[in-house]
This record gives sequence, C-alpha cells and structure tokens, in this order.
Amino acid sequence: MTAVLTAPAAPGLDAPAAAKRPFALARHSLALARRNLIKTMRNPEQLLDVTLQPIIFTAMFGFLLGGALAGDTAAYLQTLVPALMVMLTLFASIQSGTNFSTDLKSGLFDRFRSMPIGRSAPLIGAVLGDAIRYVVTIVVLLGFSSILGFRIETDPVRALAACLLAIGLGFALSWVFLLLGAVMKEPGSVQGIAFLVTFPLTFGTNLLTPVDSMPGWLQAWMNVNPSVYAMDAARGLMVGGPVGTPVAVTLAWIAGIIAVFAPLAVAAYRRRT
Amino acid sequence: MSTAFETEGLVKRFGDFTALDGVDLAAEEGTVLGVLGPNGAGKTTMVRVLATLLRPDGGVARVDGIDVTRRPDEVRRRIGLTGQFASVDDDLTGLENLQLIGRLLDLRSGEIRSRTKRLLADFDLTDAAKRTVKTYSGGMRRRLDLAASLMGRPRTVFLDEPTTGLDPVKREELWGVVRKLVADGTTVLLTTQYLDEADALADAISVFDHGRVIAHGTPAELKRIVGGQSVVVRPSEAASMDAVGDLLRRFTGHEPESPQRGVLAVPADNELVFTAIVAELALAGIGVTELSLRLPDLDDVFFKLTGHVTSNDQKTEVPA
Repeated sequence: MTAVLTAPAAPGLDAPAAAKRPFALARHSLALARRNLIKTMRNPEQLLDVTLQPIIFTAMFGFLLGGALAGDTAAYLQTLVPALMVMLTLFASIQSGTNFSTDLKSGLFDRFRSMPIGRSAPLIGAVLGDAIRYVVTIVVLLGFSSILGFRIETDPVRALAACLLAIGLGFALSWVFLLLGAVMKEPGSVQGIAFLVTFPLTFGTNLLTPVDSMPGWLQAWMNVNPSVYAMDAARGLMVGGPVGTPVAVTLAWIAGIIAVFAPLAVAAYRRRT
Repeated sequence: MSTAFETEGLVKRFGDFTALDGVDLAAEEGTVLGVLGPNGAGKTTMVRVLATLLRPDGGVARVDGIDVTRRPDEVRRRIGLTGQFASVDDDLTGLENLQLIGRLLDLRSGEIRSRTKRLLADFDLTDAAKRTVKTYSGGMRRRLDLAASLMGRPRTVFLDEPTTGLDPVKREELWGVVRKLVADGTTVLLTTQYLDEADALADAISVFDHGRVIAHGTPAELKRIVGGQSVVVRPSEAASMDAVGDLLRRFTGHEPESPQRGVLAVPADNELVFTAIVAELALAGIGVTELSLRLPDLDDVFFKLTGHVTSNDQKTEVPA
C-alpha cells in the first residue's frame, strides 16, 4: 500500500485531462458563462423582467413626475433616463445571486467542485453570463425612451461609455449578490435581501428629484452612495455636464466592491462543500 | 496490482452526528469495490470525501496514493463522480453537457469532438444528443451523467447509488456499462442498497452501518456469512405441501420453513441443489406456481451481521 505513494501515474492514460494550458481560469470562466447564457436563451421568461422594467419605470416616472418637475415629459426624460439606466442594471444584477443560489443546490455544482478547475471560475462565469441581461435592459430603455422623446446630446462613444459604466457597476454589485447566494439557502430569500440592498442604493439618489430638496442625512448618504456618482456620470456622458469626478469615483467604487466582495463570495462558495 | 484508492480511519462529523466513524477501505486497480449499506450509513459522505467535496475530520483518504486533502486538484484530475442526483444541466442538450465538461477539463477541441461522439454512441444517446436533458427519461439522464464523468478518461470512478430509482431493465443496462468500464481497466467504487447489485458487479464488498465498515469480503465470502441463497417453492395445490416439504428436506438437509401461507423456503448450500429439486418436482408430477432461488437481501445481511434490521425509514442521509 505504501509503495503506491511513489508510483508515477501511468502516462498517456490521464494525460489529456492533465494537459495544462495557459489562461485556464479565463477559459473555464468563459465556458461556464456560456452555459449561463444558453440557459437564459432557452428560458426567455428569465429576460421578461429586464425587458418590461425599463418600459414600466420610464412610463411611470416620465408621465407621473415629468410635468411637475420639468414642465413636460420629454424634458424630464433627459435627466431621468441616464440615471434610470444605472438603476435598471443594478436591478438586473440581482438575478446573478438567485441563479447562483439555485445552481448551488444542484448536483451539477458537485461535479464542478470535483473537477480540476479554479474555485472562482463558476462565480466569474455566473457574473459574465448575466451580461446579456444588462444589454437587454439598456437597449429596451434607450429604444423606448427615444420614442417618448429622449435624445442623446453628446456622441455615441460617450453614450456607450455611460452604458459600460452602468454595466460595470452591475458586475460589481453582482458579487455582493453571489455572496448572498452562497451564504443563504433559498433563492427566494436571496432575492428578498438583494432588493433590500438595492432600494437604498437606487432610490436614495437624485434619480427622480434634485439633491437640494432633501434632508441633510439623506444628502450625507448620497455623498457616499456609488449609484449617485454612476448616475451623474451617465448624465454627463449622455446629455452633457461634468464627467471627470463622477466617472473616477464610480470606477473606484467598482474596483473597491469587486476587491472586497469577490474574495468573500469565492470563500463562501468554497466553504459550502 | 496497486491500490487505486484507500481510506484509513476516516472520520467525518456533522455537528454531533458522526457520519463516518473510522472507515478503512481499499480497492485494487481495475476492480469494483461495492459499498453496501442502508440510507444514513455514511456511504455518500464517504464518496464525497474521496471526491474532494468534503474535508474529513480525521484519518486519511488517498486516490492513486495522493492525499485528497493535501493535493485535491491532482485527485480531481484522476476521478469521475456520478452522484445520487443527476449532475447534468437540464437546460443544455446532452451534447452541450459533455462539451462543457470537456472544456472544463482542458481537452482540445478535436478531442472533445471525438470523445463526445464516442461516449454518446457508447451510452446509446446519439439520437438524443441535440435534445435538452429536460426531455430525457430517468435512465437516459443517468447514462449521460455517467458519460459526463468519463469525459476526462478517469482511472477511478465513484458511482453513488447509480441505479436508485431505475427500473430493472435500465438497471441491467447500467450494470453492463459498469462491467465495460472495468474491462477497460477503470477502478470503480459503487455504493448501493442492493445486495444483488453488489453481488453482480463487485469484486469485494464493504458493508456499512452507522459510519463503520462492519464486514468486508468477496461476495461469496459475504454470502457464506449470511447463509447464502434459499430455494422458494409455492406448490399449485395445498395438498402437495407435505410432499414438497419432504423433498426439500431430502435434497438440502435443512428443515423447510413457511415464510408465508402456501410457500416453503429452505436454505440451499449450492446452485446444483436447485436444479436437482426442479428435476425431482417434475419427476414427481408436482405442479408449482412459484419456484425460485432467492439471494439474501440487504435486510438479511444486516440481520445476520448486526442482529438488527436496517433502519432505513428512521434515518436520512446527511446532505452536505
């Protein structure tokens, strides 16, 4: 029995699986992201929320508040839509956590864990695979709001940068939701808690009304809320205005959230074995 | 021959429940080790430790001589796992499931193509390859699951109750697959609740109860302990009960029992006795409605080994 300890593995037999190739983590993550993407495409009802939310929120806020706050709906949309884009991508990122939580209960993830792949690959795959949700929600938002009169006043490159910034914040926040997904037992409770996290982030902002109409404590919250900076940056990049500071602070927040929550989520996933 | 996998004094606790209480196991390369036991005996926990999914609280587990806790990634390269619950993705097709596993194993695209084609053919799934797994029957799912475990040509395969929930025909099919694997030199650890399954497939059997190995041996040795098989006869006419009883006593040297009304059962020390009894019944012109050579089942094994029956209904396997 002890002689076995030093016996070399028979060459050839396990050589194909053992062949190490570079960028393993990236390739494994992409393979798993692709799996998530196929799953979403096969269950289009998973995209129903990100398709309908932009329409409902744009119509609701635009018609409810537009006349009172900006004189007319179209004028109000110019400040509303870029900020709404940030809110919607954050909403869209919640699904990463609930899907992950569902996955963790399946035998499939046992198989992944019994394979020689990086422990973070399933999580990166989950985050990347949900990019389709951000794209859908942004495309629907911009399409629908342009029918109601929203116009990009800068240029396509800057508008695209605004979209990428919103998606970046969505990616960052989805690590928080993956952590919830890895820690909590039920996908339903993940969704509940995730919305509790998301509401102050998205509504505790100047999304709907200007900051100076709010009490001091709320303004203090807004000074640290990353969504406020992302919304300001999106407005600057889409309809004009200051861009430098909001973009820099948003990028810093994205990096910070990922730096803290990605390792925590991976650790929670590893512990759940 | 060398050892494909082994455990020494393996201990695993969940809270104050001890799932594994010092388990010693070993299997030679190219053999099937059957792990037999009721639900909650620790079979699944043991498989999960060997498959690097659970860290043991004590003892050692090695695959190919490699410690599963020290170098898990090297162990993962060598093993295939088919769990109790199908570990394939319902929303992907059979082909996509295998391709995904191939990519995660770093196989080259040419190899993924040839390997998936071969496995789909071997497991009779070629026609269903482009359908989502959702539409598969239970048997097809298990076969795909097993095929996925074999993508990386593992030398050791862990099958955790692979036939639970399958009908007898599908069970036999899966047995055929396991036999083919072993013929190719793969080592198999098979957990099961059925003695006949362990008997049909395993070179050696370890019997589990309450997280311990309570018996180990070849199927023949184990059956010797348990008392082997018995001949069961149900005469077509109640009047011939006595005649049948005499006949059974004469051929086996044991006193027949009547486990239920109208049925006689007697231990049979070898299979030849059975054919002799069949011939004699025909000669004597005694009609029967049931005549069989029955293997002892898990309950018999447990009763003989532990003096108590299996407590399948009172315990549940601890999920982890």
